[in-house]
Amino acid sequence: MTAAVRPVSVPRGYRFELVKLVSQWRIRLIVLACWIAPAVFVAAVSQQGTLPVDTLFGRWMHASGWAGSLVVLGFAGSWALPLLTSVVAGDVFAAEDRLGTWRHLLVAVRSPRRIFAAKALASLSVIVLLVAGLAVSSAVGGLIAVGNQPLIGLDGHLLSSGDTAVRMLLAWLCALAPTLALAAIGLLGSVTLGRSPIGLLLPALVALALQLVQMLPVPVPVRLALPGYAFISWNGLFANPAQKGPLLTAVGVSLVWAVLATALAYFLFVRRDFTNVAYDGSGRRALTAGVLPLAALLVVTIGLFAVSLGGNSSGIDQAKVQRSVSTAFAHLYRLQTDELNRPAVTEAQLQTTTDCNKGGGKLDPVGAGNDWRCVVTWHLPGVQAPGQAIYQLDLTPDGRYMADGDGPKEVNGYFLVRTPVGDAPNPLWQFDGNVELLTKG
Amino acid sequence: MGARPAIRAREITKSFGDIVALDGVDLDVAEGRIHGLVGPNGAGKTTLLGLLLGLAVADGGRLEILGRPIGRALDAPDGVAGFVDGPGLYPSLTARQNLAALADLRGRDNRTAQIDEVLGEVGLTDVADDRVHGFSLGMRQRLGLAAALMIRPRLLVLDEPSNGLDPSGKRHVHRVLKGLAADGVAVVLSSHRMDDVEALCSEVTILATGRVAFSGPLSKLAAENPELDYRLVTSDPDGARRLAAETTGITVADGSELVIRTRIPALDELVVRLVRGGIAVRELAPVVSPLEAAFLTLTEDHS
Repeated sequence: MTAAVRPVSVPRGYRFELVKLVSQWRIRLIVLACWIAPAVFVAAVSQQGTLPVDTLFGRWMHASGWAGSLVVLGFAGSWALPLLTSVVAGDVFAAEDRLGTWRHLLVAVRSPRRIFAAKALASLSVIVLLVAGLAVSSAVGGLIAVGNQPLIGLDGHLLSSGDTAVRMLLAWLCALAPTLALAAIGLLGSVTLGRSPIGLLLPALVALALQLVQMLPVPVPVRLALPGYAFISWNGLFANPAQKGPLLTAVGVSLVWAVLATALAYFLFVRRDFTNVAYDGSGRRALTAGVLPLAALLVVTIGLFAVSLGGNSSGIDQAKVQRSVSTAFAHLYRLQTDELNRPAVTEAQLQTTTDCNKGGGKLDPVGAGNDWRCVVTWHLPGVQAPGQAIYQLDLTPDGRYMADGDGPKEVNGYFLVRTPVGDAPNPLWQFDGNVELLTKG
Repeated sequence: MGARPAIRAREITKSFGDIVALDGVDLDVAEGRIHGLVGPNGAGKTTLLGLLLGLAVADGGRLEILGRPIGRALDAPDGVAGFVDGPGLYPSLTARQNLAALADLRGRDNRTAQIDEVLGEVGLTDVADDRVHGFSLGMRQRLGLAAALMIRPRLLVLDEPSNGLDPSGKRHVHRVLKGLAADGVAVVLSSHRMDDVEALCSEVTILATGRVAFSGPLSKLAAENPELDYRLVTSDPDGARRLAAETTGITVADGSELVIRTRIPALDELVVRLVRGGIAVRELAPVVSPLEAAFLTLTEDHS
């Protein structure tokens, strides 16, 4: 009698899937682009007179080589990573439908479970390679073009080069979590929708929807329950102390989405009838076994966060904004003091306070908006009269704000300051900050 | 002593929802035989081939492949290879890379030599390093055959292996399949081309609406269906038509060309009478092959 049948091992299947993925010209092109384009982009932008100040850390691209990588991370979270996951994970199963190779693959491997594992691992590997390329390339480009200088953090404090490097690495690692969630959604789309282009585009479409929701003034529990929030909350790593709460929560939520979506894709895949030639997606099953469980997860997590956070507020209130602006201003004032060779002061000596209102005091001072106005007051040792500066804040619903100085030219009214060695960027003119949504006002 | 059975199927049934694809199918294929599977579209050929490759499991009946009972899907023994619904190749890889990836998947050693060998067997050595993307259908079919040969099969299951092949390619593939059969490999192939089946197969199973309409040697099929249509071209068409009509056991069809329906003995008698009457026979050939005639008769009976 013939010997028992042995399915192909997962490592062999994984190699087979990797060979197929890497042989595709579009995957090769994307890998090449991810390892080269960010370096070129960061180096080129760093040499420009105008910087992308509307992107987080963009205004510091002249000052530190590390800023470029964070600019790329911000852009990647919005556009590049969802599209990359679409091309890789969104097509890994659908490609076999398109080529008509399922039967051939099943006969060769003899285990749908192992095929699934091999495909999921291969697409995961390629995605990690792409993310690594974006991170390494952008950092190398910045370091070569600008240098290994310290970076001004999100609340104005100066991060040493080593500290910045570690936080940058952590930020990219955190961005991997929502990327994996999107990749898992891509696997699910690829399994359920077959040759349909919607399957291929599903991660990008989901990411776009998540971004749109994050731009709306939704309550914090909703924001936290979305799997893409880690694409935003990594910026908390660049505050001092790091805003770990939202970040860890977002990473956890992303990973739960990644696990559930992968499990659903697996469940649907191993139940597929491969003898049915006319198969082109699981149709109704995609809805019941794919969309509904993920929708249920969203509802449950929103509910859990609503209960644990005790409310449905926007997470942005007057006290938090004032505290954040005071902290950033004090840090940046010290930087400006150093630049101008003035006598050194500490944050404690400055005793910075901020008074903010919204809509000229006519609106309730909560939530996002570009009508926040803050008056910062500080004290210098030996000087009786306190200093005052005004900022207009453009505060987005995710807690990020850009403060635009409106005060004396030598403090925050002009983009340059005159230093002993010539004109230099004024750190107090405009700065970025972040209101942590989870802390109590 | 007869050859060992490679396939032994009894009362196989398989349904997809309300559609009965196979209904009590028996099939016996011995090692060293090339067995043709023919039938109209929807007769159940692909389903049966899928069962043999282990892609699905029968709802009922008993199936043994290479001496091993098959009880669940993807349980076909290691010596089974082949393809259904196309050869299943990756267009972004070259012919050699396709085979190397498969060999690696199966954990085969000594790959380069074996890949060169099978590419040579199917006549694709010259395009071994070309991407499959640019291959014609016939070249893909041959590469699919090469992929199946990589595992040194004892049972080869092929769905329309001559699809897209030019006459030279077809001859090449036929030579390979006959060589495999001579080495003791059992080959089961489905085809819509009766000339292929007649040229290659010693046995045939005709399926119609999921049931076996005939299974056995081709010679037996011809004997079961002795009456054929023949086209007759002579130096004197009117004289030939008159003599044919006068000959016992011959029916003359209406039409401008002379077509007669008869058995071999009556046909022999007509030829003798034509020659004696001074009428030269320029062409005498069956309108359809014996297999095709049987196929049409049997499948029409079943439908």
